Amino acid sequence: MIELKNIHKSFGDLKVLKGIDLKVKNKEVLSVIGASGSGKSTMLYCINGLEPIQGGSISVDGVVVNDKATDLNKLRQKIGMVFQQWNSFPHLTALENVALAPRVVKGLSKNEAKEIAAKQLAHVGIGDKLDVYPSALSGGQQQRLAIARALAMEPKYMLFDEATSALDPELVGEVLDTMRMLASEGMTMIVVTHEMGFARDVSDRVAFFHEGRVEEIGPAKTVLSSPKSEHLQKFLAKVH
Amino acid sequence: MDPAGNAFTDLRWVDLLFLGEAAIRTIQISAVSIFVGTVIGVILGWMLASGNIFVRLLVNSLLDVFRSVPLIIQLILFDSFVSIAGFPMPAFWSGTIVLSVYTAALVAMVARAGIEAVDPNLRRAARSLGMGYWQDMRYIVWPVGIRAVFPSWIGVSLSVLKDSALVSAIGYLELLRASQILNTKTQESFKIMLLVGLFYFLMSYPISKAGDYIEKKWQQ
Repeated sequence: MIELKNIHKSFGDLKVLKGIDLKVKNKEVLSVIGASGSGKSTMLYCINGLEPIQGGSISVDGVVVNDKATDLNKLRQKIGMVFQQWNSFPHLTALENVALAPRVVKGLSKNEAKEIAAKQLAHVGIGDKLDVYPSALSGGQQQRLAIARALAMEPKYMLFDEATSALDPELVGEVLDTMRMLASEGMTMIVVTHEMGFARDVSDRVAFFHEGRVEEIGPAKTVLSSPKSEHLQKFLAKVH
Repeated sequence: MDPAGNAFTDLRWVDLLFLGEAAIRTIQISAVSIFVGTVIGVILGWMLASGNIFVRLLVNSLLDVFRSVPLIIQLILFDSFVSIAGFPMPAFWSGTIVLSVYTAALVAMVARAGIEAVDPNLRRAARSLGMGYWQDMRYIVWPVGIRAVFPSWIGVSLSVLKDSALVSAIGYLELLRASQILNTKTQESFKIMLLVGLFYFLMSYPISKAGDYIEKKWQQ
């Protein structure tokens, strides 16, 4: 379980998160929506400790992320993250991209790591691109590569930071399909997204962020069909 | 001395051998300086890219000194200084030390640029997979950064190879110094300079070709 209690986060004088409370249960899919700058992405970065917080507490399976004594490198192994920019390692082939972390972080042998990598690449549907460098892959394929790379660490949780926002429209579908597949396999996911269709169909709950706070949260269909907050009504009117 | 009373000797094959030996010494002092300078330069570049404001200020001002004072003056100053201080050393060593520091100052800028050329998002992705700082450095920043600045590093190496000629000023018998000696002996300065130029070209060309080859291989 991922639990956020009264999270405060600022960049200098700019307050980005102003008291976020959230609980994500195992096997749950939570979609996070909201305008740009509402703090959705920042919250994800706080969950795996890529960004420090100034107040409150975040725990993942009872391990406190913002505790100095916590081994973040160890914790991050069970929290996979997929970014808006797919961030493929340009000097490595698809197979090596995925095999790198299992080998150097988990200490698996080269062959074991490659076996896992090949399996995960096939899983996301690019099993025929093992020896291809990222520059020869489309954006959608690179994003699926990024998903396979995160999955190769066998994470318990997956964080998606606007994973389809940087893609050409015709490539969005293949990445959403992969995310759907993960959800159906029972992966616990927090998905920051602008894809309302995905939020409605795939997630159990939707959280609406507004100016650094969770303004509305609840079952996906309820929140999206009959929003209570005025800001959410306006937001939905704009994106539809 | 020939019957015509000419004090100079003709240019002979053995002189070519003399130049060849000097060229080897040029290669030796350059290779050691480039190696040592690169190791130190990479560390300094890392300090410039990753250090706090005080570290950066300190390293930068240090490098400014070595970048602003002409190499030939650094060589003479250092060589005189160690003699005066009572630790005279062979010209090879004082030359190597000064040339290494000079190389390090140049490589530091290249290394910093290399580290900064790596997209921070790439490094975040690496950290999100559980890689530690040094694993990120070793497996992401180093290989990605080196590809970005490898041509600049080749450029630095070539200029150090050529600048090593200045070590002649403190009496090290490298290619330029050897040519000056032959000039005095034979007065065939045009032929000798042509030969010396050819030697430098033969040393530089393989380096730049090897650089091109590695660059192409990485671009695949």
